[in-house]
Amino acid sequence: MLLLFLGPFVLLTVLFFVMPAIITAFLALTNLDAAFQGTYVGLDNFRGLFADPLLPRVLLNTVVYVFFTLICFNTGLGLVLALLTTHIPDRVGTVFRAIWLLPRLTPMVVYGLLWLWFVDPTKYGMLNTARSWFGLAPLDLISASPWLVIVLVNGFIGASLGMVILTSAIKSVPDDYVRAARVDGASSLAIVRHVILPLIRWPLTFVLVNQTLALLTSYEYILLVTGGGPFYDTTVYALYVFRRAIQNGDYGYGAALAFILVVVGAVAALSYWRLLNFERMISAPKIEAD
Amino acid sequence: MTERMEQVTIPAGQLRRWRTPQEVAALAQRARRREVLTQTMIYALLTLISLPIVVPYLWLVAAAFSERVSYGIIPSGFTLNNWRFLWVANLGFVSGTAGRLPNIWQVVANSLVLAVGTAAIVVVVSTLAGYFISRHGFSRRAGFLKGALALQAFPGITLLVALFILLRSLNLLNSMLGVILVIAALHLPFALFVMKGFFDGIPWDIEMSALIDGASRLRAWYTVLLPQARNGIAAVAMFSFLWGWTDYIYVLTFVLRRSSWTMALYLNSVIGEYRFADYGLMAAVGVFYMIPSLLFFLFTQRQLLQITLGGTKA
Repeated sequence: MLLLFLGPFVLLTVLFFVMPAIITAFLALTNLDAAFQGTYVGLDNFRGLFADPLLPRVLLNTVVYVFFTLICFNTGLGLVLALLTTHIPDRVGTVFRAIWLLPRLTPMVVYGLLWLWFVDPTKYGMLNTARSWFGLAPLDLISASPWLVIVLVNGFIGASLGMVILTSAIKSVPDDYVRAARVDGASSLAIVRHVILPLIRWPLTFVLVNQTLALLTSYEYILLVTGGGPFYDTTVYALYVFRRAIQNGDYGYGAALAFILVVVGAVAALSYWRLLNFERMISAPKIEAD
Repeated sequence: MTERMEQVTIPAGQLRRWRTPQEVAALAQRARRREVLTQTMIYALLTLISLPIVVPYLWLVAAAFSERVSYGIIPSGFTLNNWRFLWVANLGFVSGTAGRLPNIWQVVANSLVLAVGTAAIVVVVSTLAGYFISRHGFSRRAGFLKGALALQAFPGITLLVALFILLRSLNLLNSMLGVILVIAALHLPFALFVMKGFFDGIPWDIEMSALIDGASRLRAWYTVLLPQARNGIAAVAMFSFLWGWTDYIYVLTFVLRRSSWTMALYLNSVIGEYRFADYGLMAAVGVFYMIPSLLFFLFTQRQLLQITLGGTKA
């Protein structure tokens, strides 16, 4: 019975989670290349990390990208959207929240296309159409400020998760507290600051941790919109792994790079045991027939 | 606070006066007016920051059906020519001799195989495991749940390099089966917790009464519990269908043969070839590709917006 019900799950997760994690560790100790030739090289790949001329740039990119997207959009704008849409009649608030959810459900290549059009360097893109109304010359935003573009591209998707989670958190703040504060003469901002924010501290922490990890490991939208360029200017760590390993075929070195992300991901994943209400989740079943 | 209050001088005679009804009404009106002003400002702000999302989608639809789009979103000259990729076989590339776009219906078929295959595996495996973990006690149950929870939080995308090597050694590169297995497996922990949640929500009494009536656990599962969990099964089926349908990175990495392309790779290639030449065609392919996601969005946005902590993943 146990084998029938849990067997397929265990088999697939071991094969595609546990095995690849082990393979990553072993690959990292080889110099497997595009021709799939490689030998054991010990820790050479990890020593190579310190000599990689591109890596400092990539690490700086990663910090800038994660920090700004996380603070301005995934947490900041997510919180603002949640606060604003719960402050107006719920029917209208739902419409705005639905709009912000749309990019997350859009196939990512289509979403990438929307941005490629928006920032198109010729006069046909939205940005340059709008600039022409003010008599401004077309601008190639991807070359001019690639950073702004990839933060915006990821931010407009990233804000929705925080928005959804924080909205439900704000809605669960007891009405009495808000009314009591209002009777005492508190302004809307004071209510947000002193009543709502302290009560949603925990979901806010969750969003912060969850989205840091998500941003640290995702790169598909950067790949679609700038390809990590110009040169390596918008290549973040996770994209660097992809470019070195999958695009250039440096599987050994790429695995060493990936191994660090795997470790970071594993540590973060384990910290979820504390973040989520684990005790409640494992409450024992009531029928113990077996 | 108290010190400052003492300094306020209140004119004699007004000290104990109650506010008149007129004054109260004026105060209430002022509060209402301020509330209306606040609401208006919120609407204005929300509209303004939502424009960068709304405008591109309006453009996408406008551009797909028209010859020209002016001012960003105003279409002019209705045409279906942008949809010619649906009936012109082997639409050619503008530049180079790199080859031709594969037949769109072949691509749609590949995408459907990927999406349906992923949904089938995820639904069957997570329904089995979700039920068992919800209703049965066994030694190591806590350990199993802990492991699954960690896997759910673990970013599977970091395993891409190793998965590539793994699929290559299993001879599954270029095959849809390899991509299906990878996408399904990496989303299984999430689906497991969704299904566990739905089984947790079914009252124990229902299962108890089936057991008292003489049904075995297995029989109680498929005659009593499964029908009760159909909403969960439907939700997991739709989610996993879309994971397969919208995936980009895994097909990009594991599928190299043109004949195995999915919609993501097709649109990507159209963008690569037509980027500055034919936005109408790109938009039409984009709208076509978006149809399943859009339907899903229209029918489920209300439920999606009610997701709370515990069943979420970026």
